[in-house]
Amino acid sequence: MAYTVTINGETREIDAPEDMPLLWVLRQELGMVGTKFGCGIGMCGACTVHVDGQATRSCSLPIGSVGDRQITTIEHLSQSPVGQALQQAWLDEDVMQCGYCQSGQLMSATALLNRNPNPSETEINSAMQGNICRCACYTRISRAIAQVAAEGTANV
Amino acid sequence: MFEAGIATSRRSFLKVTALAGGGLTLAASFPMAARAVAGEAAATAELNAFVTINPDNTITIVGKNPEIGQGIKTMLPMLIAEELDADWDQVRIVQGDSNAAKYGPQLAGGSFATPMNWIPMRQTGAAARAMLLAAAAQRWGVPAGELSTEPSVVVHASSGRRATYGELASDAAHVAVPDPASIQLKDGADFRIIGRAIGGIDSPKIVRGEGIFGVDTQLPGMVYAAYERSRVFGARLVSADIEAAKAAPGVINAFTVEGNGNAAELVDGVAIIASNWWLANKARERLNPQWDTGEWAGHSSAKYDADARALMAAGQPQEEFASKGDVDAALASATQVIEGEYSYPFLAHVAMEPMNCTALMREDGVMEMWAPTQIPQGGQASVAAYLGVPQDKVLVHITRMGGGFGRRLNNDYMMQVAAIARRMPGTPVQLIWSREDDVRTDYYRPAGWHKLRAGLDADGKIIGIEDHFVTFDINGGAFNPAAMPADEFPARYVSNVRYAQTKMRTAVPMGALRAPTSNAVAFVFQSFLDEVAHASGRDLPTLLLDIVEGAEPEPSTMGFTGPSAGFDPRRLRAVTRKVMEMANWGQPVAEGRALGFGYYYSHQGYFAEVVEASLTDRNQVAVHNVWCAGDVGAHIINPHGAMNQVEGSIIDGIGQALQLAVEIEGGAAKQSNFNNYQLPRMPMTPVIHAEFVLSDNSPTGLGEPALPPVIPALTNALFALTGKRVRNLPIDTSLFT
Repeated sequence: MAYTVTINGETREIDAPEDMPLLWVLRQELGMVGTKFGCGIGMCGACTVHVDGQATRSCSLPIGSVGDRQITTIEHLSQSPVGQALQQAWLDEDVMQCGYCQSGQLMSATALLNRNPNPSETEINSAMQGNICRCACYTRISRAIAQVAAEGTANV
Repeated sequence: MFEAGIATSRRSFLKVTALAGGGLTLAASFPMAARAVAGEAAATAELNAFVTINPDNTITIVGKNPEIGQGIKTMLPMLIAEELDADWDQVRIVQGDSNAAKYGPQLAGGSFATPMNWIPMRQTGAAARAMLLAAAAQRWGVPAGELSTEPSVVVHASSGRRATYGELASDAAHVAVPDPASIQLKDGADFRIIGRAIGGIDSPKIVRGEGIFGVDTQLPGMVYAAYERSRVFGARLVSADIEAAKAAPGVINAFTVEGNGNAAELVDGVAIIASNWWLANKARERLNPQWDTGEWAGHSSAKYDADARALMAAGQPQEEFASKGDVDAALASATQVIEGEYSYPFLAHVAMEPMNCTALMREDGVMEMWAPTQIPQGGQASVAAYLGVPQDKVLVHITRMGGGFGRRLNNDYMMQVAAIARRMPGTPVQLIWSREDDVRTDYYRPAGWHKLRAGLDADGKIIGIEDHFVTFDINGGAFNPAAMPADEFPARYVSNVRYAQTKMRTAVPMGALRAPTSNAVAFVFQSFLDEVAHASGRDLPTLLLDIVEGAEPEPSTMGFTGPSAGFDPRRLRAVTRKVMEMANWGQPVAEGRALGFGYYYSHQGYFAEVVEASLTDRNQVAVHNVWCAGDVGAHIINPHGAMNQVEGSIIDGIGQALQLAVEIEGGAAKQSNFNNYQLPRMPMTPVIHAEFVLSDNSPTGLGEPALPPVIPALTNALFALTGKRVRNLPIDTSLFT
């Protein structure tokens, strides 16, 4: 099936079965490998992208159901002030060990701050609990999000 | 002097070559002390190249070891840059390919990288600096002894002359190579880079989503492969509907692959190759594979548990592996005998990046591989043997990995993709495992059972201890993760000891999981010693301090020499006292909470930890605070990476204690993905208060030793809270109702 989808503001033509998850379209049809495969069942969050600004598990989103919604991936994150601030906070806190889950973590964190610029610790936990970090960098992830919230980037 | 550590016996020699662009490449060779890990005999190196100084004053340093998130790609080059006196901002780090002759051992495992490389990497940098000084001395006609360096600059203070390393590089390439052993290394007080918190070298790429992991490898014309293998361990392939798979959408090819008879390398399976991995994986549904499972389908965790309990009850171990004094007499004469049966389950590794590997059978006969592996030289050797070619016909590029935890010490995925790519010469193939493949076909942390007895005299002193350890026969391998040390604490300090074992047969594959053996045995022995402590009216830290009172350092059982080797009870005392102070041990805690203590020595690191836990109104365990004091020597090379390893290890251990187990049913793993193998998530993260106790010892590794003690610290806290002793992992909270 042929599909026209909007990814990171660009129109992309895709020929794929309608049930192929967006994750595999991104990674292997379009060569955009920043979005990661972790579990394939929406349980780990490594594949998180934004669909119309909502954090969404791309491993469980068939390409046939994307329609005209806007897809944003980690490759485009620095285009948003909140995304850019979080990327810097991730480096300042030296958040990561292996780093494999971090694109998904950043996408979830950005969606959180975009809808709630000043989350409490409980709200951070709640928003981020769908993202597994096998290296368990949770303290630093939480601190980096709180740092950006405190800077007020999301309020600008 | 702490530098008199494990590396002093190593000779090193150096060679330089002038680069076409006028730069200097420094090569060093380290006949490393032989150290067998996970079946891999350490290689002897002939020629290494680590440092390239470019005319533009940038410096390229090779990181030789595989990066799995432990920070080694940043940390080993820091050691070189320190003694080179490099301007860190001008340093570029590149990952070395697998090459034993060039780089020596390249291994991510055993927390070995720090102790093995602390001296050699620094000598490499120091030798390069000496050559730059010699070049400047020649150019200026002054004695080298009058020269000093500032970061990436040679300075002649009395004349005010200065030259950058880049300006001197081409001259330095013609200078005689110094004997690195003759070069004075820096005094620790003068370190500018070691001890600095430096962020991960690849982190900026990661936050931008650049494709730097193994599974991100992209090559022109690349196709994707899935590998169907039996879920029942030990099974052979009988048949599969290959034609049905070939007819599936997007499928390019499908064929059977015969195992090589070594379950640690290649088992029977069916390869399906497609234009997109999702299509290849989906086509597996059409295969209808038939397997000969032999006797193994009758095996289960329930059977192993029943068999192990019966063996412990019968009390006739197969073999004693540690024996001294007369345990039977000691227990017979004891005032009190403490007895406990402990068990722990199989565990999976579940690195976030599923197993994968990319391979291209080139027209020149070279199998070129992009491999996320912790032991690339081992994979290179296995693939070469399988293909029947010399090792130089297998070129292995080491990729960054999305976690390792010991899983990638087995290179089965390398073997699988080599078996596929050899059938498709000229076409790059990327093999990817599903998460279900990963959880169901791991080399698991072995399950185990222990029946312990300790006899105390009237003063509470342990006069005899015995353990009947029921484990598995894993059929060879230099490193056996289903074994335990003969000198398991407190054996050295008890007069009458008998550690014995019985091995059960299984086809379940087993391997090293972060802090192998220690991650299980720490729980058993530190819990049992907590029982002993309570029975003798003490707390566990006091018991440990009593056990080692007046004891002197013991030699290493692992071949390490020097002051950081062996077991040093002074370091046990220091971390124990430190964590007691940090956690206000012995003081009242918040209502409904309790503290527990755990200590363990593994991978040359000494860690004492205190857990503060409570039970929620739904009878769930909550961990609020963890205090940790660790001694890994005189220097924390990169405080960022070091503390990250400690924090991660602690949460990893808490997850194992609370909710992780792989159960075998019908000869196969019951768990399959993160819905039924539930890793820790952010809300259960405790506040971690960790500090390092610096000691006059050569630095050692941090990938593992902070993990083992947190498990007994948690279970001991739950005992303090409820009076119920956790003797089986994972913790069954119905115990507390």
